[in-house]
Amino acid sequence: MIKKYNVKKELQYIVVFVAVIFFAFVPLFGSTAIITMSTTIMMYIVMAASWNMFSGPTGYISLASGAFVGLGFYASGFMSNHYPLPVLMLFGGLVSFALAALMGSITLRLRGVYFTIFTFCLVELVKAIMTWYEIMVVRKRGLSVRNFGSDTAFYAMLVMVAIALIVVIVVKRTRFGMALTGIGESEDAASHIGIGTTRTKVFGFAISAFFMGTVGAVRATMLNFIDPGSAFNMMFSFLPVLMCVFGGMKTFLGPIIGAIVFASLQYNLVMKMPQIYMIIFGGIMILAILFMPTGIVGVYERIRNSLKDRNSIRKEVADDANA
Amino acid sequence: MPMLEAKGVSKAFGGLKAVSNVDIHVDKGGILGLIGPNGAGKTTLFNMISGAIQMDSGTVMFDGTKISGKKPNQICRFGLGRSFQTAKNFAGMPVHQNVLMGALFGKKGRSNAQAGQIVDEVLDFVGLSELRDKMVPDIPLAYQKRLEVARALATQPKLLMLDEMMAGLNPSEVSEAMELVTKIQKSGITIIMIEHVMKAIMNICDRIVVLHHGAKIAEGTPQEISTSKTVIEVYLGEC
Amino acid sequence: MSTVVNIVIYGIIMGGIYGLIAMGLTLQYGVGKILNVSHGEFLMLSAMTSCVLVKAGLHPLLSFVICLPAAFIIGFILNITIYRYLRKVSKDDATYESNAMLMSFGLYFILSNIGLKIWGTLSLSYQFFSYPVKIFGATIAVNRLISLGIAMVFIVAFFFFLNKTRMGKSIRATSQSATGAAMMGVKINRTMAICFGVGGLLAAAAGVLISMSFAPTAQIGLSNTVIALIVVVLGGMGSIPGAVLGGVLIGLVGQAVSFFDTSLVTVAYYLMIIILLLLRPKGLLGR
Repeated sequence: MIKKYNVKKELQYIVVFVAVIFFAFVPLFGSTAIITMSTTIMMYIVMAASWNMFSGPTGYISLASGAFVGLGFYASGFMSNHYPLPVLMLFGGLVSFALAALMGSITLRLRGVYFTIFTFCLVELVKAIMTWYEIMVVRKRGLSVRNFGSDTAFYAMLVMVAIALIVVIVVKRTRFGMALTGIGESEDAASHIGIGTTRTKVFGFAISAFFMGTVGAVRATMLNFIDPGSAFNMMFSFLPVLMCVFGGMKTFLGPIIGAIVFASLQYNLVMKMPQIYMIIFGGIMILAILFMPTGIVGVYERIRNSLKDRNSIRKEVADDANA
Repeated sequence: MPMLEAKGVSKAFGGLKAVSNVDIHVDKGGILGLIGPNGAGKTTLFNMISGAIQMDSGTVMFDGTKISGKKPNQICRFGLGRSFQTAKNFAGMPVHQNVLMGALFGKKGRSNAQAGQIVDEVLDFVGLSELRDKMVPDIPLAYQKRLEVARALATQPKLLMLDEMMAGLNPSEVSEAMELVTKIQKSGITIIMIEHVMKAIMNICDRIVVLHHGAKIAEGTPQEISTSKTVIEVYLGEC
Repeated sequence: MSTVVNIVIYGIIMGGIYGLIAMGLTLQYGVGKILNVSHGEFLMLSAMTSCVLVKAGLHPLLSFVICLPAAFIIGFILNITIYRYLRKVSKDDATYESNAMLMSFGLYFILSNIGLKIWGTLSLSYQFFSYPVKIFGATIAVNRLISLGIAMVFIVAFFFFLNKTRMGKSIRATSQSATGAAMMGVKINRTMAICFGVGGLLAAAAGVLISMSFAPTAQIGLSNTVIALIVVVLGGMGSIPGAVLGGVLIGLVGQAVSFFDTSLVTVAYYLMIIILLLLRPKGLLGR
């Protein structure tokens, strides 16, 4: 897009992708537990990064991630016995994309909180439909899912992390990404300079849903058995929001940092004391919004800038003294 | 031949008639002034013409095309640009990127290089070149209003609608703004402007329409308007 | 015939309770611009607490006297601490609105898990007028009629509060325009805090009513929040009469659909608001 390369930005991309490449060797050395944990971390990275791709610039807070991840679960559940993993992921992603496009074209015409409320209820809706389907139509609760092995799931997630991050960078640099930012900054101005705001929002929301669907499909193969309760889980809706708020919305590194921190926290606390973990979760969320509205990345930048200012002042003082 | 012709435009909010059965037109290359007391329906009329809100009835023809019922982004692509009464710039972007947004999205199929060139031209035209790298909240109000105009100009409109671009400016800023408006007109762009600064309206516009309680009560040259009994009554009566 | 009467009466009973919850939510959003996702947790905590209190020997009606002021005070304190601070540091209204909503998610995590920590998945209940009467051929438990009566008393009292008292007028002024109200001498910080507290109080009232005739668990919070959100969208964001109307409608539809198939109730609610948003985006009584 507009070629104005910022060295610091390029560097962070390179560092992240080098880290992704190194991560590829984890299954060679790590135990199954470590592989599973890494796979979960990567799932959260994809969820947070793709959530941030749409909701970060536009400010339209989506709480439908749980519905899309759940659709990915069921894509695997229905098809895992007949198709390889990439097909399941693609299918889960496309179904999520379609649902997001449909819901988005109804609710994204309206401004403000309606979108959030709708997406919030969407998880419950899809869960209700699936439950009804299982009880009334197939008369069997849940589905068993074929396990492709922890290594396969790991590499599938790794590929999704790479693709998601590349898409995030590409979107940021294209007109489409600028249109999303413009909508978030001033929707009226955006529509009056020729941006088709509804179309842009719907497409952005659907792309982010696609990624949720793909990682959901992978996740399901790690669980052996799924049912509507485990698939359409509100936690999957809340987690990306929390991770992005904590790490820093509208930044590239924020969602990644947030995902790593929360996945580790969850891994260490969730088994030992689940409720305490959730209470800590909530506490962190409130504190993060109150005291670091720009997230960890924002805090880091603020500290660095103030250090830089202090240094430059010091330098000026020294120069004055010399002169 | 009129550049824009609105016929029988009406809008009601609940029971309140904000605009009722208003006809306005502006000729190619002209400047039409739109005045009236607060709440007369001027901005509502603008919003309907630019597609921000749907009209209850009426039609708008723009350069031979019917634009009523279309969306703001489509209307913009036809060549109708506008500024907002309270500046609605992209606050998180630097000045030049605000203009770039207009240049990129204002017309179909513009390359990045073309857009970049338009940005330079427009910034130079409105006199914001020196502030190009500043963030929007860091520049004074007069320049923020100018940036509103610059963003609209970057879409390369045939008609520009200015909504109170001089409100809140000091006298010297007002004369600068007046110069800018004249300069825009000289470059071949038709203008409709809402304004409360009478000095500006009387000096620049070639025709004026007066709205009161949503209805058109007078129309004519600045001389006719300044001597019209009805207009004086409305303005003095309001005081 | 008796089925229809049954559906209508139960629908209105549930509608009264939903109306109470939704009034609280719409008040918190309309005045304070806080979309309070933890709203249902106030209901849950109040329902569970009142069960515990009644089991400890308190009269069910007296648990109102304990749960309601407690919910009000908790809401009030939350508002004057975290929400007021957030409003002070937010750069504009839109930022505040979205951050306030995110913060209420934090509250949801905390409150719902406090409930789960104490009660787990245990279901509590007590006996209170739990014998049936026949009305127009339909069999209705007396405690549900009592809860409908109490819900109506609360709704009427709340309308009276909004329309006749000085505080109510401040609240309505603030919901129209916070800046405008502030210029007219309304103490908007206090008004917002009171509204948030009253919102919590209304949820708590609904909670006590639920404990009278149902067996609540610590998990009922979120589903009630979802219902309240649906009711509020249906009635129109920020509209109090809309909340009551929406509550009754949702109650009736919910009962009617669950007569055929309980698992389709959510689907029916959702279809209702989708159709509504396509036809009338501001809700039934929205401005």
